[in-house]
Amino acid sequence: MSVKFDLSGFFYKWGTILTVIFLIAFFGIVAPNFLTYYNMVNILRSISIVTVVAIGVSMSLSVGGFDLSVGSVASLANAVIVSCLIWYNLPTFPSILIALTVCLFVGLFNAFLIIIMKIPDMLATLASMFIIQGVAMTYTKGGSITQNMMMANGSTAPGSLTPVFNAIGQVPTIIIIMLCIVVIVQIYLSFTKYGRFMYMVGGNAEAARLSGIPCKKYKLLAYLISSFFAAVGGIMLASRIGSSQVNSGSAYLMDAVAAAYIGYSLAGNGKPNAVGTFIGAVLIGILQNGLVMISVPYYSMDIVKGLVLALALAITYLRKEK
Amino acid sequence: MSEQLEMRNISISFPGVKALDNVSFSASAGEVHALAGANGAGKSTLMKILSGAYAHYTGEILINGQPVHIRSPRDARQHGIEIVFQEVDVALIPYLSVAENIMIDELANAKKRSPFVDWHKIRSTARQVLARLGENIDCNQIASSLTIAQKQLVLIARALVHSAKFLVLDEPTAPLSQSETDALFKVIQDLVEQGMGIIYISHRMPEIFRVCSRITILRDGKTVDARPLKELNYQSIVEKMLGRKLGESFPVRTPKIGDELFSVSGLSDGARLRNARISVRRGEIVGLTGLVGAGKTEFCKAIFGATRSACASTFWKGGSRLPSDPHYSVQMGMALIPEERRKEGLFLGQSVADNITIASLDQFSSRAGFVRRQKEFSTSKDVVAKMGIKCSDVHQMVANLSGGNQQKVVVGKWLCADAELYIFDEPTKGIDVGAKKDLYGLIGALADSGKAVIYASCEFEEILGLCDRIFVLYAGETVAELKNSEANEEKLLYYSTGGK
Repeated sequence: MSVKFDLSGFFYKWGTILTVIFLIAFFGIVAPNFLTYYNMVNILRSISIVTVVAIGVSMSLSVGGFDLSVGSVASLANAVIVSCLIWYNLPTFPSILIALTVCLFVGLFNAFLIIIMKIPDMLATLASMFIIQGVAMTYTKGGSITQNMMMANGSTAPGSLTPVFNAIGQVPTIIIIMLCIVVIVQIYLSFTKYGRFMYMVGGNAEAARLSGIPCKKYKLLAYLISSFFAAVGGIMLASRIGSSQVNSGSAYLMDAVAAAYIGYSLAGNGKPNAVGTFIGAVLIGILQNGLVMISVPYYSMDIVKGLVLALALAITYLRKEK
Repeated sequence: MSEQLEMRNISISFPGVKALDNVSFSASAGEVHALAGANGAGKSTLMKILSGAYAHYTGEILINGQPVHIRSPRDARQHGIEIVFQEVDVALIPYLSVAENIMIDELANAKKRSPFVDWHKIRSTARQVLARLGENIDCNQIASSLTIAQKQLVLIARALVHSAKFLVLDEPTAPLSQSETDALFKVIQDLVEQGMGIIYISHRMPEIFRVCSRITILRDGKTVDARPLKELNYQSIVEKMLGRKLGESFPVRTPKIGDELFSVSGLSDGARLRNARISVRRGEIVGLTGLVGAGKTEFCKAIFGATRSACASTFWKGGSRLPSDPHYSVQMGMALIPEERRKEGLFLGQSVADNITIASLDQFSSRAGFVRRQKEFSTSKDVVAKMGIKCSDVHQMVANLSGGNQQKVVVGKWLCADAELYIFDEPTKGIDVGAKKDLYGLIGALADSGKAVIYASCEFEEILGLCDRIFVLYAGETVAELKNSEANEEKLLYYSTGGK
């Protein structure tokens, strides 16, 4: 047996991590403040929302679907929870519960479009992306919700953001929430039969069906989980910005999709997974942070971001050609 | 002097395997040359090299004694070599017309200045070529609406447009009915008379003897023999392919038949099936036969609850209900080994172990749903050993196994699930003689252990060799029920073709 070092295989497996290490080294050398504890925490904080939303996307990818509505769902969660607290003066936990429940209905709606109406996943969630974006905007009457805002009847909004709610978006809570979700989802996907079934449905839906796996059930579950995490991301976002802003969640869609796809290849997995998605988000976060540190003007940042993304994806996909 | 094609000392390796080792092969125009070998012998790899699919091989290819450079499909085409793969669909663009599919290279690579498509030329050339094949396909038909036999002809027509001198046909008759096969053979004969060289890959010995004049036999990536076909007989070819003597293929059993496990009658699905009927007892192998298109696959799927159907009466262990979804049929103890194993039976990107345990994952999981990896692996190893699946270990990806071993993995999945009724739908399609024999033995052992088996196949030889009782399907209807002792090939053919 020849023990030949498989270079392309090595890059396929560890390319994402190598890119992350390279970026850390690069920014560490050129920007002295980059490698400080404060900045590392800062990066983790900045990626926590993207990571949580991206894990939702990974769940939909795991059953061979694709959830484009996560950004809109995050916006909706943002609007619902802030309105519960400020407009209706509800306590924190009921508000969170309401926001999550509302968003789970979006997941249900997505599953309805995909499973019952048989619309291809990406198109179905594209439609619901618009619908939910519109619902969120209509609900807030096209405006933002802030503390002490003027209500329609001329009075001041009765409620305020509670300290518990504010803590969600602060360090360390926000990072802890993210890490917990990453760990739980990774365990779910790789160690439970439910995760296995999801991968099988994503790998070959017809074979899964003929093996007795209730495919529709797992697709529904995947879209519910996807919306759930998008909602969690929206709540984290609401707490961070302390208000509800129009379409605030939509900015997270593309970063989340990128992170989920970069995560595919981690450790030669070749399928969507939580830890990989986290690493993907870290890559994007480091890039964003480092580029600011070395004073790349904000209007040029997307160029570098896109190029590094293309590089990271090239390393992982080049091998698939074989 | 006719064109000579020669491949000399061809070797190629893939990560972990040496697929071809110093293989030499030669064929000449104006004859049909058979390329035979068991699954995994390297037939397809060799022909892929010839058609330019791989660039990293060593050795040389010569045409009329002149070395030629073939490292890409384009090179191969320039030297007049064309291949029609087994999966005809991958080479066709489903929503384009027949004419466009035939003239695809004209459309894609035409070196002319006009940006407009010359529709008249495209259609008329396509029509001429089809006429040369003696085929009556409407050029404006959309490719996706063709039958598999027609799709093959479209690809052969495409090869003619490129004025191919050598045409490789990879298992062309596997999906064809008898009459379609006959039609194809006529086309092959015509092409040979027109001076084309045909390289014919097949597992089906009778067909090889029918159309081929020379044969090259490969085994484990090496050339074993190459000679005129008339110097060999069926037995000697199979022995060379396997490297050992072939004993009796079918297992010798004394069936111990128990009480009735399953029966259905008056089943119809509103499309192909009407009034289909079958019954099976424990310990019994029941054959379901009929011509291609008689509705065997549909019937198997309907029994398994994979498609909607209505029936007059069913019986399952005393209960009486047809499962409405495979999820329930699996729970009831049914197992389906589907015809399209890659598309419907396997998770190609997953490991052998994952594939084997997927239908019975509950017994490998804790109550909280965590998979017990150790138990999963040890059981998978047992199944792999019991079934004789050749793989490096249970973590190997199923995509890297040969067809026969993949089929064993599908069967292994249901062994693991401990099903009571096994429905096999054309399980030996595209697998080699050795693997077939293993599979027959396995099915016999299943029945002997008290399982009920439904075996659907259009190969009468298999049905007669294996089954205790036989149901014949004609146009979606069960037209005959025969005991093995009263059946023979003539009778089966008689009922299959609509005799009453």
